[in-house]
Amino acid sequence: MNHGTAEMTGCRERVLRARRGWLALDWRELWEYRELFLFLAWRDILVRYKQTYIGVAWAALQPLLMMVILTFIFRTLGKFPSPGTAPYEVVVFAGLMPWQFFSNALTECSGSLVASERMITKVYFPRLIIPASAVLSGGVDFLIAALILGAMMLGFGLDWHWQLLLLPLFFGAAVVAALAVGLWASALNVRYRDVKYVVPFIVRMGLYVSPVGFVSSAVPEQWRFWYNLNPMVGVIDGFRWCVLGPAFEPYWPGFSVSMLVVLVLLVSGAMYFRQMERTFADVI
Amino acid sequence: MSQSKAIISVSGLGKRYRLGGALAHDTLRDHVTHLAGRLWRRTPRSAPAELWALREVSFEVGAGEVLGIIGRNGAGKSTLLKVLSQITEPTEGEVRVRGRLASLLEVGTGFHPELTGRENIYLNGAILGMNKAEIRRKFDEIVAFAEVEEFLDTPVKRYSSGMYVRLAFAVAAHLEPEILLVDEVLAVGDAAFQEKCLGKMREVTHGGGRTVLFVSHNMAAVQALCGRALWLNRGRVMGLGPVEELVARYLEDMRQRHDGQAELGLALGPSLVLQRVALDPNPVVSGQEARFEVVLEAREPARLTDFQLLIYSALGVRVAMLDLRQINGHGYMLEAGQKLVLNGGIRRLPLVEGDYRVGVFYSYQGHYADVLDVLTWHVAAAAPTDGRVPYKPAYRGLVVLEHEVEARVTS
Repeated sequence: MNHGTAEMTGCRERVLRARRGWLALDWRELWEYRELFLFLAWRDILVRYKQTYIGVAWAALQPLLMMVILTFIFRTLGKFPSPGTAPYEVVVFAGLMPWQFFSNALTECSGSLVASERMITKVYFPRLIIPASAVLSGGVDFLIAALILGAMMLGFGLDWHWQLLLLPLFFGAAVVAALAVGLWASALNVRYRDVKYVVPFIVRMGLYVSPVGFVSSAVPEQWRFWYNLNPMVGVIDGFRWCVLGPAFEPYWPGFSVSMLVVLVLLVSGAMYFRQMERTFADVI
Repeated sequence: MSQSKAIISVSGLGKRYRLGGALAHDTLRDHVTHLAGRLWRRTPRSAPAELWALREVSFEVGAGEVLGIIGRNGAGKSTLLKVLSQITEPTEGEVRVRGRLASLLEVGTGFHPELTGRENIYLNGAILGMNKAEIRRKFDEIVAFAEVEEFLDTPVKRYSSGMYVRLAFAVAAHLEPEILLVDEVLAVGDAAFQEKCLGKMREVTHGGGRTVLFVSHNMAAVQALCGRALWLNRGRVMGLGPVEELVARYLEDMRQRHDGQAELGLALGPSLVLQRVALDPNPVVSGQEARFEVVLEAREPARLTDFQLLIYSALGVRVAMLDLRQINGHGYMLEAGQKLVLNGGIRRLPLVEGDYRVGVFYSYQGHYADVLDVLTWHVAAAAPTDGRVPYKPAYRGLVVLEHEVEARVTS
């Protein structure tokens, strides 16, 4: 389906033939289909909250419960250190927010193409829209968690720092990180169906390997390099810095490594996706 | 046909699917073990089997033309529409399209059961390619066509199947592209609604100056709506020309093909193969007893919940269904390699003489489809039982009713 405008009848000719080699992203086409992208994201969010009385409450309850458990394990039992004066609970929650968004986005993303099998085999639209809208489906949960975080900060009497203004930037980074891994996962899952078993495992491991229950500065020097290869390290560190101020300033070299990994995954993921896109309808 | 340059121009189009070999593995684990096997145990590289769904297809469609696409199952009709819709890429050849194109390959694409009718109209409209303003403009018309005013705000999962399908078709029917590709979506709803749909299609094709490509097994609809027809068989073009001529050639070909049974090897979804459908006798005399046999083979384990033999008239009207589902309702459980043989009889075949087209419907584990034109059943006229000369088959309809009559003249 081509959204040409009405007056372009006859002027716009499309040629369909076998394509070889690497394909660049068709930005103009993605822009044309932006409404469909928003519709799909709207649909995903609507469906999450429909028919569940507990739906919205769960969005608040889940991070709170996780925070309590992680605080208990890492601070009380493990005696992990934390810089600054902020209570450990808030430190954990600030890390939990982007992590929950990422893990939800990755989980939704990886199955998104296969779940949309009927659409993919019956209608044309740039397939990139599907994992992209799946990533955004956790947006409302994120906002709810943000409100809770705000309440916690007021409740504990914490200072507000100018870095808070940078929060949208790091949220953007979380979106990009989720998309980067999600593109790989969703495209691979179309061809190799056991990928959907690998993703929950990665998510579970990721919770402990990412600075959610602990702070990055607690990681010993000799593991630092490998630790920073985790794409979420940079995002979560940045988040903490925005919310809790200068005491949590990220270790910038490590941060850069992490962000670089995100970029590499994003570009390679987009390329792989475009390559495989041609055969989705045939293989799915 | 207009004099201007063709709206759609197809030349040398081919589409190949590869089956088996390295491409059959759809888990990473299988793929890795296969590669390991190739490396260490030197298992020979198996040449993947190839299937050309389309081969050397060339034709042109002029602006405002309505082209019917006919052919048996597996002829490549749906693949052709998929290529034109950019859902799948050609393997060779080229297609040129001028204008805004929308495809109707299925009704209700993207409908979500949890969303209300109203929400689904917007969602489905967006998926089919309408923008929000357009949907809002046509909203009332769509609702009126579907006759679902009172149910707009209930979740679609509570709709009856008839309502669901009416709503889905209503949205699709209000698409206004320059080029419309339609794949067999007319067979939805009850007879009254089908009439409405046909009427809408007529309006769309004749009123709008739109170019339409219409795939159907319903020869009556094809003849009613189309000016020319393209006949495909096994991926190749068998003919292109005026619709009456092509339909006649196609039906003639159907008649000559089968002598009552088909050894098929026809794939039904990913796991089942239809090996054999036999109707005995063929030709059968109207009113006579007949027997049927169907053999299915499972390539992978499958739970076959639905299976029917469908009988259609020559023009594609569904006349009867033999419901071959398992009696206790649990479906037939088939392991890989097992065969299902369905054997039965029809007591007195109440069909008027003529040629009937036999197809199947199957459903298992989310894979379902109608497979039409599996074979042709010839029904011959029964010898008259009294001195009256029977009317022509066209007057007698499709069904013979056993009846007796007593006549009295009174004053």
